[in-house]
Amino acid sequence: MAGYKKSLVDTSRLVSDKTTMSRIVDFITRWEFIIFALIVFEAIVFSNLTPYFLDTFNLLNTTFNFSEKAILALPMIFIILSGDIDISVAAIIALSSFSMGFAASHGAETGTLIVVGLVSGLAAGLFNGVFVAILGMPSIAVTLATQSIFRGIPQAFLEDQAYTHYPEGFGYFGQGYIGNTMLPFEFFLFLVLAVITGFVLHKTTYGRKLYAIGNSATASKFSGIPVRRIRMINFALTGLFAGIAAVLLTSRIGSTRPNIALGYELEAITLVVLGGVSITGGKGNIVGVVLAVFLLGYLKFGMALLNMSAKVMIITTGALLIVAVLIPEFISMRKKKNKLKKQKNDENTEEVA
Amino acid sequence: MSEPILRLEKISKYFPGIKALDDVHLVLHPGEVHALVGENGAGKSTLVKIITGVYQPTNGKIYYKGEDLHFANALEAQKHGIAAIHQEASMFPELTVTENIFMGHHIKNKRRIDWKEMRKHTAALLKKMDLDINPVTLVKNLSTAERHMVEIAKALSIDADLVIMDEPTSALSLREIDDLYKIIRQLKEAGKAVLFISHKFDEIFEICDKYTVFRDGKYIGEGPVEESALDKIITMMVGRSLDQMFPKAEVKITDPILEVKNFSRTGYFKDINFTLRKGEILGFFGLVGAGRTEIMRALFGIDKSASGKVVFDGNLVTIHNPKAAMKLGIAYIPEDRHEQGAIQDMSITHNITLPVIDELSPFGVTQKAAEQETVQKYGTLMEIKAAGWDVAVNTLSGGNQQKVVIAKWLATHPKVLIMDEPTKGIDVATKAAVHQFVSSMAEKGLAVILVSSELPEIEGMSDRIMVMHEGRITAEYERNQVDSETIIRAATGNLKEQGA
Repeated sequence: MAGYKKSLVDTSRLVSDKTTMSRIVDFITRWEFIIFALIVFEAIVFSNLTPYFLDTFNLLNTTFNFSEKAILALPMIFIILSGDIDISVAAIIALSSFSMGFAASHGAETGTLIVVGLVSGLAAGLFNGVFVAILGMPSIAVTLATQSIFRGIPQAFLEDQAYTHYPEGFGYFGQGYIGNTMLPFEFFLFLVLAVITGFVLHKTTYGRKLYAIGNSATASKFSGIPVRRIRMINFALTGLFAGIAAVLLTSRIGSTRPNIALGYELEAITLVVLGGVSITGGKGNIVGVVLAVFLLGYLKFGMALLNMSAKVMIITTGALLIVAVLIPEFISMRKKKNKLKKQKNDENTEEVA
Repeated sequence: MSEPILRLEKISKYFPGIKALDDVHLVLHPGEVHALVGENGAGKSTLVKIITGVYQPTNGKIYYKGEDLHFANALEAQKHGIAAIHQEASMFPELTVTENIFMGHHIKNKRRIDWKEMRKHTAALLKKMDLDINPVTLVKNLSTAERHMVEIAKALSIDADLVIMDEPTSALSLREIDDLYKIIRQLKEAGKAVLFISHKFDEIFEICDKYTVFRDGKYIGEGPVEESALDKIITMMVGRSLDQMFPKAEVKITDPILEVKNFSRTGYFKDINFTLRKGEILGFFGLVGAGRTEIMRALFGIDKSASGKVVFDGNLVTIHNPKAAMKLGIAYIPEDRHEQGAIQDMSITHNITLPVIDELSPFGVTQKAAEQETVQKYGTLMEIKAAGWDVAVNTLSGGNQQKVVIAKWLATHPKVLIMDEPTKGIDVATKAAVHQFVSSMAEKGLAVILVSSELPEIEGMSDRIMVMHEGRITAEYERNQVDSETIIRAATGNLKEQGA
């Protein structure tokens, strides 16, 4: 890729060139490569400890445990990339699932339920967007407030009750497989959505504008980018994806309780940050996040196979997160230092603090 | 004459690519109020930072009270009795007035901080300055003027021998300026030295004893402040030949493209009227805060609350947002390259194509080839020096960053190009290149608005010069029809004193 771009540059003006060595160093210090290496490491360790790990059926079937969270993580990339955060996604699932349960209890069929689930999710996302994008309130405060509203509604109506009656065919989305294969529908849907998300992120003007806004909302505004509209769309999309996750989750477990999907928002944010998306916005890519989904998903699976406690799992995730934040920081610090040193030598002048 | 309290000898300060100060000197005596005069970018603020230990000089010696001293940081300078009041108040808004005033030099009673004592001192200090402020008020609840007065109180609280005031009156009302004069006179009587940095001649003549003039980081001259000194100071400030730095071509100026009528925004600018024609370079001169940037922001749709009429190419238009301005063919190169102009962490390519990305991308899908073509064209045109088009903008020098910003706006094929301080803080070579370039674009029929606080640039490049003072256009001149002194007078609100 670098070679392709370089060939278009008038080489007579090249000030410096990258050596092959420095390109290799750049590649292996990339966060995606590090996660990939961790996945390989994980696979080697677990497959040596248990014969059940490297088993196609097991590997595919365990995706039921993380597909919904992974789907939530996709629009969260947009949100975090552009410098926002949405901690109401799990509560949107609760609201959306509640809406479906309510509709089902009034005799709605599968098709109607899906529409209800998606529309209620979208509506909740738009509600967030109004406060964040139009009224200009900080997204963390807005979604902190709306998450208790969104979850408060099912809590108030259901109390300790639950909706448990869903139509026959509704179970397919969260439990079914694609045709006669071993590929779960949920996981397949995640892969399709991830490809679409990646395309939007890396190949469209929308994606480009997300990066611009995340790096500098001011400069983006001065460049004619409709910053508010894009933030609005981000929150609406997140609501819609939470609606999709609600359909899948409700379908999989076949019931709606007020505490459904509790804590999913943090797991989705964890996937995004672990995937190398900068929590301050502007940096990251789809590959990192998809790899993070597999890293954490199969870590959980392997640990479950070995009967390790959930607490060990939580501690491991925390440690990985710290590493995810620290390593890129460390690398960029090193690079800056080298650059400064080089500048000093070049200009032979004093640097200003 | 008494022993000088401060003597700067052959001070130089180099930043990468720029000589901010070049072999300057300055002598200050106790009981003297000394004006340091110069245009924006003359090196005044750099000098203040060197005296107060914020910067270290590249060369030269600082003698303070006869000793050869170098302060490692601002706190050390403070301990030696040097207090500085900076242009922009550096206060902690969430802390009280007392806490702010004693920041860095708390009064202690044994090992505890003695709040009672400090509040007493603060109250006395504020009373002495005729300020009706409660010492326990939070700074965020004060008005801008009050904050500045507290900042001044803070400087006085350390009982300094040398007080440096960097444009202290810019945020003050007349009454407070009078209070400030009173304080300065008290300091003078107490035998303290005051270094007074200001653009405003009336202040200098009101309060200062001596002046020193800097220009382009160099020492130009000094003398006593007396009746006849005004013309001398102005000449020293601006007097230099407008050489090849300003390659302005003779251009045929044609039809009006942009007409602005009764343009006003409360608190920023009022009754602005001007017409810009194709091929014309219209200069906007004024001091910082005269309202020039605010007009341009309103024209580009960044700020919305302006009233009045804007006629573009014969049609009455309303510009709601930057996108609307861009659709008309207006491009705006903002004054703050770092925050507003470029996206520092993005590549040159992505920066340059950002305003035109929708046009370059059919169905919203980005096209690498089309982007490369655009960047190749405008990057080459602007002679951007970089290791490749995919390097991040923050790896470039200031001058090259500015070229990226200009290239980015050229790619939009503008009919009107607004440039706000386009050469601020960039090296001389790039500066000349930018001027050359602006001139050649005007030759091709582009209409340019050039906002600058650098008089030589305005005089050298503009076909017409609009001068602003405190939100209004105070004068309009044709090219070569006016001398620098008159322009400076118009920009400082001193036009009537000219007597002609």
